[in-house]
Amino acid sequence: MLASLSGVDAVGAEARAAKLATRSIKKSTKLAALDLAISMVDLTTLEGADTPGRVASLCAKAMRPDPRDPSVPSAAAVCVYPDLVAHARSVLGRSSVAVAAVATAFPSGRASLNVKLLDVREAVAAGADEIDMVIDRGAFLSGRIGQVFDEVVAVKAACGDAHLKVILETGELVTYDNVRRASWIAMLGGADFIKTSTGKVSVSSTPPTALVMLEAVRDFAESFGRVVGVKVAGGIRTSKDAIRYLVLVNETVGSTWLSPTLFRFGASSLLNDLLMQRLKQQRGAYVRPDEFSGD
Amino acid sequence: MTERQLANSQLGSLQYDPAPESAAIATLRASYGLFIDGEFTDPSSHQQFASINPANETTNATVAQASDADVERAVGAARRAYKKVWSKTTGAERAKYLYRIARIIQERSRELAVVETLDNGKPIRESRDVDVPLAAAHFFYYAGWADKLDHAGFGANPQPVGVAGQIIPWNFPLLMAAWKLAPALAAGNTCVLKPAETTPLSALLLAEILQQAELPAGVVNIVTGDGSTGSALVEHPDVDKIAFTGSTEVGRLIQRSVGVSGKRLTLELGGKGANIVFDDAPIDEMIEGIIDGIFFNQGHVCCAGSRLLVQETIADEVLRRLVRRVEQLRVGDPMDKNTDVGAINSAAQLARIEELSAFGESEGATRYSSSCELPATGYWFAPTVFANVAQSHRIARDEIFGPVLSVLTFRTPEEAVAKANNTNYGLACGVWSEKGSRTLWTAQRLRAGVIWANTYNRFDPTSPFGGMRESGFGREGGRHGLEAYLNV
Repeated sequence: MLASLSGVDAVGAEARAAKLATRSIKKSTKLAALDLAISMVDLTTLEGADTPGRVASLCAKAMRPDPRDPSVPSAAAVCVYPDLVAHARSVLGRSSVAVAAVATAFPSGRASLNVKLLDVREAVAAGADEIDMVIDRGAFLSGRIGQVFDEVVAVKAACGDAHLKVILETGELVTYDNVRRASWIAMLGGADFIKTSTGKVSVSSTPPTALVMLEAVRDFAESFGRVVGVKVAGGIRTSKDAIRYLVLVNETVGSTWLSPTLFRFGASSLLNDLLMQRLKQQRGAYVRPDEFSGD
Repeated sequence: MTERQLANSQLGSLQYDPAPESAAIATLRASYGLFIDGEFTDPSSHQQFASINPANETTNATVAQASDADVERAVGAARRAYKKVWSKTTGAERAKYLYRIARIIQERSRELAVVETLDNGKPIRESRDVDVPLAAAHFFYYAGWADKLDHAGFGANPQPVGVAGQIIPWNFPLLMAAWKLAPALAAGNTCVLKPAETTPLSALLLAEILQQAELPAGVVNIVTGDGSTGSALVEHPDVDKIAFTGSTEVGRLIQRSVGVSGKRLTLELGGKGANIVFDDAPIDEMIEGIIDGIFFNQGHVCCAGSRLLVQETIADEVLRRLVRRVEQLRVGDPMDKNTDVGAINSAAQLARIEELSAFGESEGATRYSSSCELPATGYWFAPTVFANVAQSHRIARDEIFGPVLSVLTFRTPEEAVAKANNTNYGLACGVWSEKGSRTLWTAQRLRAGVIWANTYNRFDPTSPFGGMRESGFGREGGRHGLEAYLNV
């Protein structure tokens, strides 16, 4: 199955992504894209220094990104470490914002399968709606593809009703061929989402990587009739970047994926830039960055 | 549910608001004279003709119709400039002028891109990202050669040819002017350039740039007009070299006319490029490459990949993806930054494309045309793919020079090569495979001047470009491009 996957020509993929980056998004399209992007944000804090207080303020921000303007949509989810899931859950209450937890020995994935599964089960029990797991890149790179697949299957089972996002850590897989193969392994293993990166290595999501993953979900849906989402994460800080990703989605997989149920941004500082650009579109002038809360 | 979600996933459902480039950036005069001896002058006949914007059929400006007497004046000015100035200018000095021209092209790139799009109908994205930057790159590249001709591989102290008559086509007006002028000037020749009848404006803007660069008077002369101007230039006895890019038909006439006159001649003519797709090709990039190969510049590209030869094992899959991709192309206002495919350059060209496409249908090929809405005014043709094309069909043999792709299949590499070579042309081919040895095996057997591997329509001033057989002879670009302008 994997052997029959077509290769990716790196030069061509990068050229295609660069070409789509020249799309000029203006006026009402821009406003619609900004709102869509806001609704797709997984507002993330993944620091050793995270505290319940910080998570609470993040949750408030996710529910009402701009307290002065109720027309701003809420973010899709908050993304935290498993030990803070219960707290986030209690702050979010019944809001539409989901709780996502990074589990399976995030970010390195260097733990035994039992530890990983326990990590997942505890996060789900604490109220996580979504689990962001990491694949074992060591196993992938040494050719133990079956092991990567089996882990995804096991984690998916441990998730129960929670949605599973599988982080490929494309910066460590390096080649686009690897990204395509890993995408298929994750999808065959039962992933609801495939996600680019942890944000913890120097190379995170790039447009050509996202392009290759979008092509993979499109081809997978055509082959198996199951629609898998894509989450891009790490290093996406500006509205311009976010809109470029939306253009990639628009012209690679189309409208079904232009929704927070199938496309997400894992980011923290991006949200404020989206809010600022939104206000700029409405008022015709920029406001100070300090107009928006830090988190 | 998922089945429906898939079927309903509309590509491009996020409608982009128009993002038009401003036409006001172009500072066009109402009418242009002939650029002779460093000045814009009235043609002797005082005749002007209109240069039309093919996207809406409005007049951009009027330009002069050069008569035989005007060509005589232009060649005379070029000869004087050659004798008195340019042949005595050192290579290092010539390089300075070329560098200056390149830099001014860069400075005025936005203006040039707008003029090119208004006059030609190509999308602003292409004139902005391809035509103008490549034109500047050609001047930069040949500026570097001007003082190093001794080391270009043509022996010590190679001499210029003299006065070059250069006739360029309408598909890449500014870029073709750069391809012709840059090597000629670097090698020490003076030039009389004749732009195409339908797209003279960017060359006239270039004339202003030459003035701005203070290029000595008469070194470059630009005469606008129809075919009669071109033939006056070709037949002029004091022209030492003719360089022509255009149709094979006209190329034949020129070659006959040049005959035994002793003039040097290079021809860059038509083509019917084949994109050969093996079943191990990187499929997504290959689809993009095929699309780029035929729909770039509305297919008005002599080296366009207008034939697709696809291995039978993946033919259905490739066709399905191609049709989906064609449907997604954004056709419309060339000035919109989000347009992928612009207007057909002229009514005459549109008629030819329509005629040949009708032939394709009557010969039994299956037609897929984009359902895109075409503007009411201007010259437009929806991007089209013909499947089930046979080698004997006219759409597999004649150059259509429009956004029309003919898809044929093959079973073995030998058959692919045989089909690709079964044409009178020989300009460009593409090979798509992840297997290097197969790519090289194929490339060695293809009779074409340019072979691209896993890409198409990629141009660079360092790389020679040109054809064989009915696609012409001589090379432009690279070190090889100097040979046409040196007495070697």
